[in-house]
Amino acid sequence: MAAAAVVFRLALVFFPGDLNLGSRPEVATPLSSLRRLAEGYWLKQTSLSPYAGSMYHGSPLLLPVLGPLIVNRYFILPQRILLFVIVDFISAILIRAIGQKLFVSNRQSMNSLKLSGKKKLGMNENAGDVASLIYLWNPLTIVTCLGSCTTPIDNFMVILTIYGACSRIAPLAAFGYVMATHLSLYPAILIVPVILLLGHGLDAPPSKFFTRNTRSFSWKPVIYFIIWAIIWTCYALLLCSISLKGVGGLNEMFKKTYGFILTVEDLTPNIGVLWYFFAEVFEFFRDFFLIVFHVNILFMVLPLAIRLKHRPCFLAFVYVAIVAMLKSYPSVGDSALYLGLLGLFASELADMQFSFFLFFGYIGVTLLSPVMHNLWIWRGTGNANFYFATGLAYACLQTVLVVESVSSMLKHDRMLKKLASP
Amino acid sequence: MASQMLLSLLVFYFYSFHLARPIHCSLGSNGIDTASVSKEEFSEELLLKPLPDRKVLAHFHFTSTSPPSASNGRHHHLFPKSIAQLVKKYKIKELELSFTQGRWNYDRWGASDPLSTRNAKPPGVELWARFDVLTKEEIDTTWGNLTNSLSGLFCASINFLESSTSHSTPLWGFLPNNGDLRYGALPREAVCTENLTPWLKLLPCRDKAGIATLLDRPSIYRGHYHSQRLKLRSDRLNGIVIEQTLSAVLQPSDRTSWSMYQLFKKIITEKCALAKSSRVFVEIEGNLGSKNENILELVGEADMVVNDQNGHSTIYQYNVERYSEHEPLDIMVNWRDPLQLSFLQAPFHASRFLMGSGNERGSIAISLQSARNFTKGLYDGSNNCFTKVVVFQVVPWYVKVYYHTLRIYVDGEIRDTKDVVEKINITPSEDKVSPGTLEMMLRFPCGMISAALTLDFDKGFLHIDEYPPDANQGFDIPSALVSFPDFISSRIYPDSISSPLLHSYKGRNVVKSYTEVLLVPLTTPDFSMPYNVITFTCTVLALYFGSMINVLRRRISEEERLAKSNDKRRPGFIPLLISRITNKIRGRKEDLADQSQSSQPLLGHKVIFKVVLIAVVATLWHYFLNTS
Repeated sequence: MAAAAVVFRLALVFFPGDLNLGSRPEVATPLSSLRRLAEGYWLKQTSLSPYAGSMYHGSPLLLPVLGPLIVNRYFILPQRILLFVIVDFISAILIRAIGQKLFVSNRQSMNSLKLSGKKKLGMNENAGDVASLIYLWNPLTIVTCLGSCTTPIDNFMVILTIYGACSRIAPLAAFGYVMATHLSLYPAILIVPVILLLGHGLDAPPSKFFTRNTRSFSWKPVIYFIIWAIIWTCYALLLCSISLKGVGGLNEMFKKTYGFILTVEDLTPNIGVLWYFFAEVFEFFRDFFLIVFHVNILFMVLPLAIRLKHRPCFLAFVYVAIVAMLKSYPSVGDSALYLGLLGLFASELADMQFSFFLFFGYIGVTLLSPVMHNLWIWRGTGNANFYFATGLAYACLQTVLVVESVSSMLKHDRMLKKLASP
Repeated sequence: MASQMLLSLLVFYFYSFHLARPIHCSLGSNGIDTASVSKEEFSEELLLKPLPDRKVLAHFHFTSTSPPSASNGRHHHLFPKSIAQLVKKYKIKELELSFTQGRWNYDRWGASDPLSTRNAKPPGVELWARFDVLTKEEIDTTWGNLTNSLSGLFCASINFLESSTSHSTPLWGFLPNNGDLRYGALPREAVCTENLTPWLKLLPCRDKAGIATLLDRPSIYRGHYHSQRLKLRSDRLNGIVIEQTLSAVLQPSDRTSWSMYQLFKKIITEKCALAKSSRVFVEIEGNLGSKNENILELVGEADMVVNDQNGHSTIYQYNVERYSEHEPLDIMVNWRDPLQLSFLQAPFHASRFLMGSGNERGSIAISLQSARNFTKGLYDGSNNCFTKVVVFQVVPWYVKVYYHTLRIYVDGEIRDTKDVVEKINITPSEDKVSPGTLEMMLRFPCGMISAALTLDFDKGFLHIDEYPPDANQGFDIPSALVSFPDFISSRIYPDSISSPLLHSYKGRNVVKSYTEVLLVPLTTPDFSMPYNVITFTCTVLALYFGSMINVLRRRISEEERLAKSNDKRRPGFIPLLISRITNKIRGRKEDLADQSQSSQPLLGHKVIFKVVLIAVVATLWHYFLNTS
């Protein structure tokens, strides 16, 4: 199946018609567009700062890696895409590995709770396979992979972080975490689940269910993680400053990457709601709302961490989903990531409400959004409001998905408790 | 007594004598002043030129010069004081301001003669200036002040050029300089009489006498093209020189003959009394020589007829002084033969257009078509020769150009940019800060027939406040300038004519042409929606926040019961506090004692500490609010 997904991607790559996905606003954001990366690379080649002008907002480290691949005329489209196909495939393998680890730890905790025989729990041995296949076959992932944007790499780094933390490899987790934060800033809040994963171990029912407390917080891997994170940060910054030597400093880089993310300067339509909000809101309130929107992400970090501290992997999924919903330049690639991770918790979330509604809601929005965009931008017959409405619907769907998954996970824990304390 | 009086008289006489000397001196210096003031000169000229498509170009040329300002202080006789103040205050080295309506037709009206290279201007307002100031910041602030002053002087919205998003700093594409030049253009500025009146005010006779009386507003603005220009140069040696020119392309009502009266509905009766010279020229393109009489007939005896050195044109000169109210100057031209006049083409015809559809992205293309006669004549058969072309283009920030997509096609085939681009200077646009500037020197093979440059761009999306009132009309990209540094337009006339206008023809002007203004339609948001968008978005956020908090703190029945029983055992802090206070009021200390015996003093300390903390925070808050 996984091979089939790869083959399908390649088949689409060689599809004769130009799908032109790279310029779809749903796929490529100002942060992740490869076209802008090519412009940054070109500017750097002509000994200007890659951040000159307001084109490139990505990491300077991506320029030497992806730049030659894009600009060089000898690499035709399939060869460019091949890199992203490989990255997607590795991500899927990592998701599968996370799933297997989760299953093992789940079985252990069930055994210790003496619940392993209960059929009602329906533990799914294949959760990892399911999740990786969901990730690979998700149309959103495929579109992102083919759409020549850097989102697959961002997603890969996030998955790498979670994988590293799950398998308690502090250097790997730290590398993934530092790179993910460097590339798109928002994964910074993943520090909470990563520390919980490293300290507590994988997802398990709440510790108070156990008669004797077998799990205690171990500081050693966390400290390793922090040390490694510092080392990787210094290393990444050093590489950045070498890469930008003579054409611009790190200050400019922070201003043009993180500053660009935080101030929402680019009002190009995307599937989120912030572009229209900041195109319409009165200039006087702009700063206020910027703070409100970004603090909204941070507000939920602590309550969720308190309530879901026993399930750090799930916590990471919830964080990723919240970020995908509230980030300043969202794309379908972010949804592809959390939908892939959702598959890991298929058995726990089996009795989630509204799943039918959500499924068709996602299909409806992904079909309607390009139609509305086409009507508004290309044909000039529609109106910005129609496109914005699909964005609003999408935000609502994501809200329902996140809230319902958290709610059913808590319900699942309650059920476990009921079963464990007869 | 008498002797004393005599003495005092003597003393008084001496004093008055001594006092009188400086008066004499100052009188003397005043005399010198008047002599130097007489150096302030003004001359008025009009050049009429029949164009090949039977239109007539009327080119008014007024020159005022002022000697270096040190010699005559702040006083001026003829020179406009407002301009002198401007130059002095903003330390301007060179300035050119043009108001243009219509587009100069390079294909029909000539492209490489001095008149068109000097006077063809892009539609709207174009302003460039060079400053004598040191640092970049100083130049930027000076530019801002200058645009505001000019805006007031000429009743135009030149002040829009103040913002950094609308002016640029070309290094060599427009005019070679060392970073002291600022260039800005407003392609949409409507030009009308309110701009002409202040411009006429700078002339010593305004439009009351002399050649300027011909500037009848309806006749001028009825024309196909008109461009009024103010060009000034200032340096320490020559003082300030301003050239005010107005070029208008007019359509005579009769195709076979026209006269000045028919064109302007006015005639010249006298010269401006303050002008040093006042002349009218008629220029006939092409060396017609003796055949002139067969083709056209000039009614009115010319004072002088001269040909230029290369024999490209013939000039007929009329001195206005000779004419009076009884015998006004009214030149009449009769065409005898329907012969086409020749005109000088530019080596390439440059035009610019947009490609693509939709409001998301597009491409700008500049196409160059060689005027075959021209290049063939110059380079026949030589294999290894190249023509240089300089392209200068300013693009507003909301047209986000991808410079890496620059493609150059020569004769329909794509070429490697490295082979064609000799020199390139790019300043990419910064969102809401600065426009993008492209200066490019290209090298084309001589035998080339056509070339095209394309650049892809994304259209930006603006905040609703940034759209102009008629947002759906689209946005204008100012004209690009394409110049051909290998080709120089100059005409050298015999020195017997000492005219500032013909003198300016001698200068080595690079042949250049402005391209069309592009109209880029941008997507508009719904302008009536701000409140709806704010409320909808905030509702979605509130939905997320509220339901998430609700899920996180919800407890189902069993847990609730547990929590309640816990509460019974150990009441929360606030209920405990309340019950304690009520107990205190009621005076039932015994209850209190058995409720929490040991913790009471501890809690008391905590409460006091918290109250004090809150009070401190409140006072600090109040203090900071008041101070700020």
